Amino acid sequence: VVCGAAGGIGQPLSLLLKQSDLITDLALYDVVNAPGVAADLSHINTKSTVTGHGKEDMDAALKGAHTVIIPAGVPRKPGMTRDDLFKINAGIVAGLAEGVAKNCPGAFVLVISNPVNSTVPIVAEVLKKHGVFNPKKVFGISTLDVVRSSRFVSEVKPSIDPKATRITVVGGHSGVTIVPLLSKIPGFVEDLSKEQLDALTHRIQYGGDEVVKAKDGAGSATLSMAYAGARFALTLLEATVAGKTGLVESSYVNLDADAESTASFKAKHDLDYFALDVEFGKEGVKHILPLPEVSAYEQTLLDAAFPELKTNITKGASFVTGA
Amino acid sequence: MVKVVICGAAGGIGQPLSLLLKQSDLISHLALYDVVNAPGVAADLSHINTRSIVTGHGKEAMDEALQGAHTVVIPAGVPRKPGMTRDDLFKINAGIVRDLSEGIAKNCPGAFVLVISNPVNSTVPIVAEVLKRHGAFDPRRVFGISTLDVVRSSRFVYELDNSIDPRSTRVTVIGGHSGVTIVPVLSQISGQKFTKEQLDLLTHRIQYGGDEVVKAKDGAGSATLSMAYAGARFTSVILEATVAGKTGLVESTYVNLYADEESTAAFRAKTQLEYFAQDVEFGREGVSKIRPLPELSAYEQTLLDAAIPELKVNITKGTAFITDASKI
Repeated sequence: VVCGAAGGIGQPLSLLLKQSDLITDLALYDVVNAPGVAADLSHINTKSTVTGHGKEDMDAALKGAHTVIIPAGVPRKPGMTRDDLFKINAGIVAGLAEGVAKNCPGAFVLVISNPVNSTVPIVAEVLKKHGVFNPKKVFGISTLDVVRSSRFVSEVKPSIDPKATRITVVGGHSGVTIVPLLSKIPGFVEDLSKEQLDALTHRIQYGGDEVVKAKDGAGSATLSMAYAGARFALTLLEATVAGKTGLVESSYVNLDADAESTASFKAKHDLDYFALDVEFGKEGVKHILPLPEVSAYEQTLLDAAFPELKTNITKGASFVTGA
Repeated sequence: MVKVVICGAAGGIGQPLSLLLKQSDLISHLALYDVVNAPGVAADLSHINTRSIVTGHGKEAMDEALQGAHTVVIPAGVPRKPGMTRDDLFKINAGIVRDLSEGIAKNCPGAFVLVISNPVNSTVPIVAEVLKRHGAFDPRRVFGISTLDVVRSSRFVYELDNSIDPRSTRVTVIGGHSGVTIVPVLSQISGQKFTKEQLDLLTHRIQYGGDEVVKAKDGAGSATLSMAYAGARFTSVILEATVAGKTGLVESTYVNLYADEESTAAFRAKTQLEYFAQDVEFGREGVSKIRPLPELSAYEQTLLDAAIPELKVNITKGTAFITDASKI
């Protein structure tokens, strides 16, 4: 199910998912325009059926869902931070999470709606309220930061293949909470000056702002977000439906998804949520890979990320718990 | 260096089309041109981790956008609203396509030109006539994208018979790209035995698939995502043949029949049509061969008989838009 399927991200995302052989039913839900988008997509010659569901039809859209992807909400305008979106998008995400709890409590939930650092805790708290929260099944999609990292790195060093080079990005999905571990790329960081490393890191962290600015009021990243969202969703389907093993992506998750591996990290940093490399299995999160050894530069980035993340997480969780 | 230009890249078809083409390994430079918003769309797409570079060009930068293009794809123009035919779009889209063709003649006369802008039956002749004026027309390099009719045919047949694979079942669709000019050759699908009712329903649905979406969108537009899919599929085939040198690739497409004078001589003499959608085999030069008309059932012959006069009108309208304008 794509919630927000008629929006700027939702439409191209749905187009990409329509091409997957692992999906039998693609249900498009949105407050307006979903039936039209569904009719459009339904003409594509792949096997999946496509249905469109309007505002009054959320239950039917979500019933029996294996996976729910949420790009719903408003995009940023120039000058706005992802947090400014919070007021509007928090309510939207909470409403959808209620729908998930009611209609498909066992579904995998993939959150795109910003600010992800806060909206993922919102989903979790709503599901917890209904006694259906499984931390192995709820993900914040931070894949676009990974995609940007690969692309921007290849622009600095063209001998690196952007498609084949996966980069671990930890932390969160906004500004200073985005921590790309460039030191893990063989033979790369050593050749960069401090200025170049700063510029590259900044570009990855503020890639979203770069697009918001270029679109000059017309929106935020939609096509690249659709690409990244589809990539993440399809990886998860490969693992959970096709049973493929060994697949890894950086993703923003509740650390109880792998309590054992994250115990000391949680104790040390007092964070319930963090983006790390995740290995997928049929159950969703199979294993959270431990934070790798980072460079001194990256440690500084992490030190700036932790407190910001704490604030974002608390903001999201308390939106639901009222605490 | 393979530069592919999307004219109308910030529109409803242009954006998802550009997203799909950003993923092609055969394109080294994706240039997005539109009257507004192209730089923003380019910035967005440029973050995707494939090798191609992406540039965005606004209204004043058409020459720069088209300079050195290997292939130009044209989804530019306005979409249909409920009640409109593709011909109603003509007044607006004819001018847009003409101006883009002038740009092509000036900046990349040897480019492959792939036309999506409706009404395709008329806009392809517009492109041809403008290029002819500049002595730059190669009929093997100008195509009307009718692939969505093929895509719909495969899908709708699958909905009636889900034992077939919609992805691999290619249907030949001849004629044109609107209403009665769309003639799906369903009789050529191996092992198919449709009843007359099924054939009528299927044929009508394929011919008016576009209307189906316009109606469902209720004023919000026409087919964009499925058109992007079909457009990307066709563009990829052209690139596979012309850049990667792959042989034996075939797609139904609306072309000027002089692209293969020899094979089409009899057909042209008989029908007096200069343009027609037919199965085309591609080569490095674009059209390598236009396949002969398949054997048609009596049903399909009736469809063809209805298509031909309509096509004639559409073609004349497109051609005259350029040739009449130049008469003083």
